Order: sequence, then structure tokens, then C-alpha cells
Amino acid sequence: MSGLPAPRLRLEELTKRFGTHHAVEAVTLDLEPGEFFCLLGPSGCGKSTLLRMIAGFERPTAGRILLGEADLTALPPHRRPVNMMFQSYALFPHMSVAGNIGYGLKGLGRAAAANRVADLLRLVRLDGFGDRRPDTLSGGQRQRVALARALAREPQLLLLDEPLGALDRGLREETQGELRAVQRRLGTAFIVVTHDPEEAMMLADRIGVMEGGRLIQVGPPAELYRRPASRFVAGLLGDVNLIPGRLGAGGPGGAREVETAYGAVRGVAAGTLETGAAVVVAVRPEDLVLGTEGLPVVIADSVFLGDRLRRTLRLPDGTTLRASGRPTEAGQALGSASHAGFAAEAAVILPA
Amino acid sequence: MSGRITARLFDRLVRLPPFLWLAAFFLLPFAITLKISLSEPATAIPPYLPVLDWRAGLDGWSTFLEALNFDNYLTLYADPLYRDAVLGSLTYAALASLILVALGTPLAYALARAPSRWQPLLVALVVVPFWTSFLIRVYAWIAILKPEGLLNLMLIRLGLIGEPLTILNTDAAVIIGLVYAYLPFMVLPLYAVMNRLDPTLRDAAADLGASPTRVFWTVTLPLSLPGIAAGAGLCFIPMIGEFVIPDLLGGSETLMLGRVLWTEFFSNRDWPLASAVAVLILAIVIGPVVLFRDSLRAGEGESP
Repeated sequence: MSGLPAPRLRLEELTKRFGTHHAVEAVTLDLEPGEFFCLLGPSGCGKSTLLRMIAGFERPTAGRILLGEADLTALPPHRRPVNMMFQSYALFPHMSVAGNIGYGLKGLGRAAAANRVADLLRLVRLDGFGDRRPDTLSGGQRQRVALARALAREPQLLLLDEPLGALDRGLREETQGELRAVQRRLGTAFIVVTHDPEEAMMLADRIGVMEGGRLIQVGPPAELYRRPASRFVAGLLGDVNLIPGRLGAGGPGGAREVETAYGAVRGVAAGTLETGAAVVVAVRPEDLVLGTEGLPVVIADSVFLGDRLRRTLRLPDGTTLRASGRPTEAGQALGSASHAGFAAEAAVILPA
Repeated sequence: MSGRITARLFDRLVRLPPFLWLAAFFLLPFAITLKISLSEPATAIPPYLPVLDWRAGLDGWSTFLEALNFDNYLTLYADPLYRDAVLGSLTYAALASLILVALGTPLAYALARAPSRWQPLLVALVVVPFWTSFLIRVYAWIAILKPEGLLNLMLIRLGLIGEPLTILNTDAAVIIGLVYAYLPFMVLPLYAVMNRLDPTLRDAAADLGASPTRVFWTVTLPLSLPGIAAGAGLCFIPMIGEFVIPDLLGGSETLMLGRVLWTEFFSNRDWPLASAVAVLILAIVIGPVVLFRDSLRAGEGESP
């Protein structure tokens, strides 16, 4: 919002241990200015602890937090140019909506603060709600007050802990759009913590997947979806078929062959894998195509879902694969034999 | 069907004992006190008139009722001693309550912010004095406050004073005693409220640039007001009728209602006037109870 370029956040080998428990382990990350970044992972993976370290509520065991040239690592929360929106919203129950939003504007002077509060109320479409108490608002309105309050001090970085977690489904999708719109308009870098992969993909420019305190893969949503680096990431971001096998020799265009129990398939190896290693081939259901080539299958089930057809395919040894395609393909009867194939670029070979 | 009726009957029966208890041990004695307060002192056993003659039947009742009067209350109103005693009680109780709020708030806050595994122990330490007799603890303060007592000895040794201070048998000693005796009643309800405050509210305030001091004054303290009111009410009300502390630690000029009552009852053997003072104390105390009822409830248990 000011003319100066926004400083970028840099985490260096950030580590937090509680006793012998490694909550966050050597996380290194560079954030682009104005980027919408999502930390994604199951509960207990360390994503909230990482966020709390950036906000200043937890002291890192090791590592540094840099914002531009400034080292924030040792600063208490109230001295950091970073604001946080809490999962529970943490609105002050004894203050009005305007009092909440204006709480951080102490140094601004009365008139300027009132103007800023009015601007923020407009930004989150709550004009006229300034005098209300938080407990008279709906969940969605409270969420917007929390967002406005967190933005009041024009933070160089906004941290959002499960910002949509307390909203019901319909409101959630609407609010995701709003959150993106606000972020684009302000150009402030956002870090959102979520356990919902769909939400992460919908919101983020880049997603960082955390598992067991480590940041295991960082990339744009499409890259993470198409080129997961591990079985965990592949399964986290959506439905996936995992076919076990042994890695064969390299082929043209980086594609390599994998010898499975049902026949040879081709895919792209994630990272360097040794020939002969035990691997799995990860294929998304929408990339499985029925035809004359590929693995021999029997169509075990077929469910019509309006925009797509979901089939369950049975391999010779009884293992099932899930395929999803356009409903127009509905031709083959249940129980009929077919072949399931996929393009080599659509399959990722992962360590087993 | 009959099972439900039995259940409901049982439900009512279960609720009955507390009411019976209150009727037998609170309402009935109060009625007797009220009746005595309307009587006149006499050199007899019991030392007041009239005494209801149960054998005289209805006539006995009417002569009895005719003999009752409000003279004792008129005395309370007319004699400045009693007005001063009311004012004295209210002043001591109010001053001690203020000091209790000032002392109890940081203490309760420290308890609520202590590591959670230490909290049960720290709360137990607040309660530990109750294991010793109240009377003995007040006597201990005599030993501390008297001219050659521990406090003066310590201050002289430290070279802070040359001559021993006269603290015992002054108003200061009464206030010290009241504050000491009632501190747990201030701290515990306040701790209960502070302990339930959502810690993320403090985080949020700090995140918005508030220093720890500002967080306390703008978030923690306003949200603890129900606990402060509950604690102050719990202390203020019984302190009005306090007898032991002003009697043992106070001076001859320390005027409090409890002490006046005791003098009328035991020294002057004026049971009717003493009863009138007792009714007066109750009347004074009921006011704040009604006022503090909501906050007392807030301090008790479930969050709003």
C-alpha cells in the first residue's frame, strides 16, 4: 500500500522442540512479496507452531525469521510488523466491532483511527456494524471483523490460522473468494494455515505441505497435484491410485518403465530413483482411460455423478483402481473386461 | 405413568431438606431475634419482656402482641453511637475491600498465569490458612503488631525506625486484620474468572501492538470485573458484621456494629437492643447482596 517494495519473509532452518518432541524441524522458506501462501498438513504436523513462531508467540529453539533486512527472531509479538488472524477470531467481547478493529490503531490519533476503521468496515462489507458487539454477529460477520482487525495496522505479512475453519460449508466457499479478493487488492503477503487441501488449492499461489514438523514440498497447487514428491503429498491433495512395482530402465523424455504385477507401465520419476527400486506409480482417477491398451481390468462398479462417471476397476488379483471420466463414455456393462491405460506424463513414480 | 409420578415426588423430596434446614436454622432464629428486638429489657430469665404465655390461649397472644414496640429501633436511630457504628462498619469494610481489590487482583493474576501444573499447589497455599483456627490467626497478628512485636523488631533492626510504631489497637491494625482474613475470599473467585479467560485474547492484543501493561489494563482487567465484583462482595458483606478482628486488634474507639452488638448483649445484658442491632446488620447486608447477586453468581461457576 505504501510506495516502498514490501519486504520478503525468510525462514532459516527454523526449529521448535517441546522437550523431546520436534514440533517444527529445520524449516527454510522464502516468501514472495504479496504472495498468498498456504501451509497444509494434518493436525499436529507443526503448521500452527510455525505460524505462532512467525507471530512471536513461540520462541524458536533454533533458526531465524527475517523480514527484509530485519531479524524478527527475538522480537516480542507487539513489536513485529506482522499480524495474525486467530482460528477462534479472538474478538474482544467487551468492545464494539469498531473498538476491536481500532484496537491496534493507538498511535494514529482519534480522527485518523476512526477513518481507518470506517475504511476497514467497508473493505469487509460491514458498514454500519461499528457499534455492534461481537456476540451479536453471525459467524461469517465475526470472521470478517477478525480479518479487518488483523489488517488494521497494515501488516507487511498477515498470518491466518484456519481462517475458514469455524464457518459452515456454503459460507466457506463464498469467504474463500472474498479472502482472495481482499488479498489481491491489498497486495499484502498472506500465510494461511489449513488442513483442508481443497481450500489450500483454491486460495494459494503456493502451497507448502508439512508432515511431522518438516516442510516436505513447496510449489504451486497444480505442481503439487501433478508432481507430488511423495505418497503422502499425492494422497493429501486428492484421490490417487497407487500401483506398486519395480523401477525399470530410463526411457525417452524422462519417462521410465515400471514392472508391476499386472504388466509394464510408464511414468515420470519423482527425483532420482535407482533402477530396481521398489516404487509406486501414482495415477489420478481422471487420468485413467479405458481402452484397448494398459492394465487388464474388469469394470466392477460404475456410479453416475452428473458431471462425471466414477468407475471402480478390478485388477486380476482383486486390487481395485478408481477411474473418473466424462459420462458420455458410459458404454461398457458392469463385469465386462477392458484395459486401463494412462499417459506416461500423467503418472508419477514415487518411492514405495 | 406411576413411575414418573414417583420420580417427580422423589425430585421434590430431594429438594426439601435444604429448605427445611434454612427454615429451622435461619428463618426461625431470625423470627425469634426479630421478636426479641421488639421487646423491652428486664431483670429476669430470659432478660426481656413480654414473654409469650402459652397457657393463656388467645388472650395471652393479644396481650403479648400489644406489649411489643419499636422503641429499640428508635434508640438506634436517635443515639449517635449506633449511627457512628454503622458508618464505622461501612467505612472499615469499604476501605478493606479497596485494599483487597488492589492486593487480590495481581495475586489472582499471578496464580492464573502460573504454569498450569503449579496452579493446584498455589491455590492450596491460598487456602492453607483456613486449616488453623481463625481466632489463633488473629491472635498471631497481636504478636506481630504489638509495640515489642515482630514487625517493630524487624523495622528497628533494619534501622528504618528508631522507636516502635503503635499499630496494635489502632484503625490500621483493624484494616490489616480484615485484609489478611478476607484475602482468600477475594483471590479465589477472581482467580476462577481470570483462569477461564481465553489466553488467545491476550495473544490477539499483543499481536495488535499492545505492550504487556496495555494488554492487562485493556483486556485482562475489564474481562475480570465480574470476578473483582464477586470477590469484593464476598468480602465486604461479612466484614460489616465482623466482631473478632475489631475486638482483638482495634482500639477502644474502633466502632463497628459487631462489636456494639456484643457489648449490648454480654456487657449490658440488653438482649432486645442487641437483637435490634442484629436486625440492622442484616438489613444493611441484604442491600449489597441484592446488588452483587449477579456478579456473585458469575464468580461461582459456569461461564456466561
